Amino acid sequence: MIDYSNFMILQQEAGLMLVFLILLVYDIFGTEASMRWFRLIACGLFGIHTIGGFFSGAAGVAFGGMFISSTMTVFMKNLLNVATLLVLMQAGEWLRTPKLRIREGEFYIITLATLLGMYLMISAGNFMLLYIGIEIASLPVAFLAAYNKYEEHPAEAGAKYILMTALSSGIMMFGLSYLYGAMGTMYFDDLGQQLMIDPMTILGFVFFFAGLAFKISIVPFHLWTADVYEGAPTPVTAYLSVVSKGAACFVLLFTLYHVFGAMEQVWYPMLWGLSVITIMIGNLFALRQKDMKRFFTFSSISQAGYILLGVMPGTAQGMTATVYFILIYLFSNLAVFGVITALENRTQRTDIAAYNGLYKTNPVWAFVMMIAVFSLAGIPPFAGFFSKFFIFASIAERGEYLLVFIALINTVVSLYYYLLIIKAMFIREPDESLREAWSTDQYNKTSLLICGIGILVIGFLSGIYEHIGSLSAGLFT
Amino acid sequence: MIPMEHYLIVSSVMFFVGIFGFITRKNLLAVLISIELILNSVEINFSVFNRYLYPEHLEGMFFSLFGIAISAAETAVAIAIIINIYRIRENIDIRHIDKMKN
Repeated sequence: MIDYSNFMILQQEAGLMLVFLILLVYDIFGTEASMRWFRLIACGLFGIHTIGGFFSGAAGVAFGGMFISSTMTVFMKNLLNVATLLVLMQAGEWLRTPKLRIREGEFYIITLATLLGMYLMISAGNFMLLYIGIEIASLPVAFLAAYNKYEEHPAEAGAKYILMTALSSGIMMFGLSYLYGAMGTMYFDDLGQQLMIDPMTILGFVFFFAGLAFKISIVPFHLWTADVYEGAPTPVTAYLSVVSKGAACFVLLFTLYHVFGAMEQVWYPMLWGLSVITIMIGNLFALRQKDMKRFFTFSSISQAGYILLGVMPGTAQGMTATVYFILIYLFSNLAVFGVITALENRTQRTDIAAYNGLYKTNPVWAFVMMIAVFSLAGIPPFAGFFSKFFIFASIAERGEYLLVFIALINTVVSLYYYLLIIKAMFIREPDESLREAWSTDQYNKTSLLICGIGILVIGFLSGIYEHIGSLSAGLFT
Repeated sequence: MIPMEHYLIVSSVMFFVGIFGFITRKNLLAVLISIELILNSVEINFSVFNRYLYPEHLEGMFFSLFGIAISAAETAVAIAIIINIYRIRENIDIRHIDKMKN
């Protein structure tokens, strides 16, 4: 007999399913005239769902430990909701170009489907549900990457993404199979209590971690990232680099702390090395990029290294710093991609030379880009400084001063290449073809406004950090 | 009864043949077949561990059932994208999929 009260814990999933189904039916039966309103309704419904998420207090365990919801998972899902809403708002203008107009609805529906997979990933209490969630979250993204299917680059990006994601989930499942062979259970709670360090569980853990590292694009597994991020349409790149990566980082936090907590002596040195090479390789490759999307790919790889630094300490403070870092990274990176999308819609260009003299022609966009880039680099008044500060504080607490030193040096290196963009925008003269002022539509403006407020204000609202701190402290008692 | 280790040797060989094929094959469909080898080796592992070590529960069997379904979905998506590439380029050789990197 099923206990139907279990379904109350799935409030957010149910809400998202409802939005998804309404949009699906609308897209199928809507006439051409009524599709004019599709974008407004999609953003509106999803916005209501996002706001509702902040009032959802469903905490508990459903289906015999299969599905876990806590105040922390609710908060993480809210973060992903906000990021997805911003991406949907930025994508609209590109979706209304004549070639893509007829398939406008698909984008929203597929995006929401992947978001549902990420919900399941975060709330999973069993490796089977985690695996299903990861697949729901990554298979449809291949369609999104190849959305503009008549052009070569998106088709190529889609092929690369689907093959790499299939390989990574194969590797992850291989690791899980050995873990199952050693322990005889797939439930997080049982594994967390019984896990012992022996060769078979280490083998399982390393393969599982490699599979997850593909999704976060940690360095030895980052080779697919540059091509996919460059070839995919810009809003999809924003979605991949913020929402997909963020969800995978949340999963990493939960699995490392709750399932593999007993193996800390195995993963601690591993994360130490991986975070250092991730930050360094990401920075070094970013130095020589000429294309904005490729540039921010490597920038996001090095940001993933900072996220790993936050995961490493294995303390409540580390978890807080990681979630806080992702919150700020979300606003900064989406502001950058909002400007890139707007410029690409006008000029079809994504190279850095297209940003020459942006300050003279469009001071507002140059200003938004500037605060976003400063926030990513970690310059004091902006939020990015505080998020990096808390990450460094959490590793310094463990006594890793060498690591703090390496990370600080890399922050200086990253400042150099971020300043290249500032230099192009403020000092260089614009090309002849780029002299006129341009603008973007209301949705994108609103999303950039939200991002800008986030970057400027969140760093000073210490209540947010304390709120995340109380949520993660609840998981460690 | 066949000892468990024999199954594990077969599945490990399948897994690494799949990884090798993924790296060396030049045709997108052959790469896809290599991925199928990897996924199937995992399903053998789960079934064998369940049958030999933990026959009282069926967790491993369920995992392989879900794995089979999901790998079928994965293949469908991958083939759709490969067909799309074939329409644009008229071949699916991996050496020609290098239009990026400026």
